[in-house]
Amino acid sequence: MMTRHLPWIAMAVIGAVALSVVAVSRGEAVNALWIVVAAVSCFLVAYRYYALFIASKVMRLDPSRPTPALRRADGLDYVATDRTVLFGHHFAAIAGAGPLVGPVLAAQMGYLPGTLWIIVGVVLAGAVQDFMILFVSMRRDGKSLGELIRMEMGQWAGTIALFGAFMIMVIILAVLALIVVKALAESPWGMFTVAATVPLAMMMGAYTRWIRPGRIGEVSLLGLVGLLAAIVYGQSVAASPFWGPIFTFTPLTLCWILIGYGAVASILPVWLLLAPRDYLSTFLKIGAIAALAVGIVIMAPPLKMPALTQFVEGGGPVWSGGLFPFLFITIACGAVSGFHALISSGTTPKLIASEGHAPMIGYGAMLMEAFVAIMALVGASILDPGIYFTMNSPAALIGTNAASASAAVTAMGFPISPDLITQTAKDVGEHSIISRAGGAPTLAVAMAEIFSHVVGGPAMKAFWYHFAILFEALFILTAVDAGTRAGRFMLQDLIALAAPSFKESKSMVPGILATALTVAAWGFFLYQGVTDPLGGVNTLWPVFGISNQMLAAIALMLGTVVLFRMKRDRFAWVTMIPTAWLLVCTLSAGWLKLFSADAKVGFLAHAAKFSAAAQAGEVLAPAKSMPEMQRIIFNDRVDAALVALFLAVVLALLFFTIRTCIAARRIAAPTAREIPAQLVPAE
Amino acid sequence: MSGFLSLLRQTARLMVGMPDYDAYLRHMLTHHPDQPVMDRTQFFRDRQEARYGGKNGGKCC
Repeated sequence: MMTRHLPWIAMAVIGAVALSVVAVSRGEAVNALWIVVAAVSCFLVAYRYYALFIASKVMRLDPSRPTPALRRADGLDYVATDRTVLFGHHFAAIAGAGPLVGPVLAAQMGYLPGTLWIIVGVVLAGAVQDFMILFVSMRRDGKSLGELIRMEMGQWAGTIALFGAFMIMVIILAVLALIVVKALAESPWGMFTVAATVPLAMMMGAYTRWIRPGRIGEVSLLGLVGLLAAIVYGQSVAASPFWGPIFTFTPLTLCWILIGYGAVASILPVWLLLAPRDYLSTFLKIGAIAALAVGIVIMAPPLKMPALTQFVEGGGPVWSGGLFPFLFITIACGAVSGFHALISSGTTPKLIASEGHAPMIGYGAMLMEAFVAIMALVGASILDPGIYFTMNSPAALIGTNAASASAAVTAMGFPISPDLITQTAKDVGEHSIISRAGGAPTLAVAMAEIFSHVVGGPAMKAFWYHFAILFEALFILTAVDAGTRAGRFMLQDLIALAAPSFKESKSMVPGILATALTVAAWGFFLYQGVTDPLGGVNTLWPVFGISNQMLAAIALMLGTVVLFRMKRDRFAWVTMIPTAWLLVCTLSAGWLKLFSADAKVGFLAHAAKFSAAAQAGEVLAPAKSMPEMQRIIFNDRVDAALVALFLAVVLALLFFTIRTCIAARRIAAPTAREIPAQLVPAE
Repeated sequence: MSGFLSLLRQTARLMVGMPDYDAYLRHMLTHHPDQPVMDRTQFFRDRQEARYGGKNGGKCC
């Protein structure tokens, strides 16, 4: 009896040892593999015990109960799918840019806080959320999050949640687009390779449409060859005195290009651009993640970032605010991401073949994403901290040339010479690496470091850097047009609640109008981020983090309601503990963002400071003119309103949750609205 | 070995939203032998439209 636990006990001991090495060593460099080993063993033990406990005790999964894929089988949307195949599908859908960017930004506090939060967060919150929503949706014909909330918590709660989800989508798209702008501005090499993917994808689209329909593998290989050629050729393009300047854009121009691209791409037929680029970005993403894991293991790099930096207290240049609550919203994806609730209630519950597969798909895939986040954190932490802060601090703090950046970053306590800054930029084939905020360029430098160690040596660094930028930009651009389409339908559904004719799909007008509104909404925040003198990421990433974590809180509240209504309230702590933690973090972060007297943290304090100066006729740096002052004030107020809106959404849902749970406790019998297994006979 | 390869192929295709055509065919032949079935090309286009039409919410951040 006991012997079957022995390997797991050993695993837990290994995890504990690795974790304490990571946590307590100071001074001497810690090898990155300790973090990897700690994370992997914690994840495996959590999967073996906690996921199993949730499956058998909390949910009481029943492998003999037919899933939607069996009851409604149609060979198209509802297909009983092999569990490893489905695991791949689900993982590819949940893992995007988020787990790669958040941990990189979080590294400003050192590697330790982020590592601990990713490990604890995913085990107790993130994976529980994904698993729980998958379970709830699987028992309800694979319905979507909005519908599930409506079923279990009422019409109003459903509508509020749908509205919240739309706003979150807008912020996500703006942040993702901002990351692309930060990575491609003033970088002709990167810009050329990314621009080349558009005609390349269109050729692939034509190929799968007319020449060899359905040959996804074949066309993806052709596309990959094209991509590699674009990266190689991009170097000459960037160096060319004629073509170089043509592909060099300022952030502002790039912002308008992206907005135009989003508007056009989201109304093109899907087979032409979206689908083929999705093939490329999905396979490249999976390949790059696998390569990164192998690369880290082979290279076994030491961590150069300290375990903790002085920015734990707040005042960091990358994002403002102290460890609590801001670390917990900076790393959203990877630890716990509300957006996954939309995926877990999307296609996956319609494809799952047996309830017995749910722990592996729901809980397991999220652990895998956390592993990706850990690798991103490792990537950021193996760089020289001087390089890290040079790349991620806004120009307003460190200036725009190597001398000023070196002086400012050295003054922060991370000594770096101007030569090293220039040399690093040269190594990766860029004009400058100063203030390349947003996470993607930092990760690309780290990936270039790791990949060139394994393949090609220092000479290949520039190639790998642009490969990494391309891979990140590619799947962000895919997300931008897929997200714009999804946002459009969400908006149409919402407007149709007031004006039913808006859902009418015969007419083109509602669709185009809803698309335009969606693009305008994220375009507004993108423009705000790009023109933000503090660099944009500083402002937008916390808003994104708050909104994403709030969606997670909403999803976990739904899980709690369902447990109460199933009369399983004895086990409701499984969802209530992470809900409570997320509510504490997001409500206090939201509150600080609104009302903190520190103008670096609070939007309203910042607006007040600038409007007082404006009234006195002064222009405060980083603004350079009165209109810029007005724009900063206006942006602050919009951001404040948005945060207030998110707070209102989550508080409203908390109210509905408590009300529904109390009502459920008063009734002796289960009230959860599961769709009975026998209701729909197998066709 | 061929079993493993076909699993890999299925995984890669489902990652981009393309379900197994043979499974679809089997389903139609077993349960709806009287109804017309889509050929591979029609099936491919139908699924492409279904995945990216927007209703599925697409991908994550």
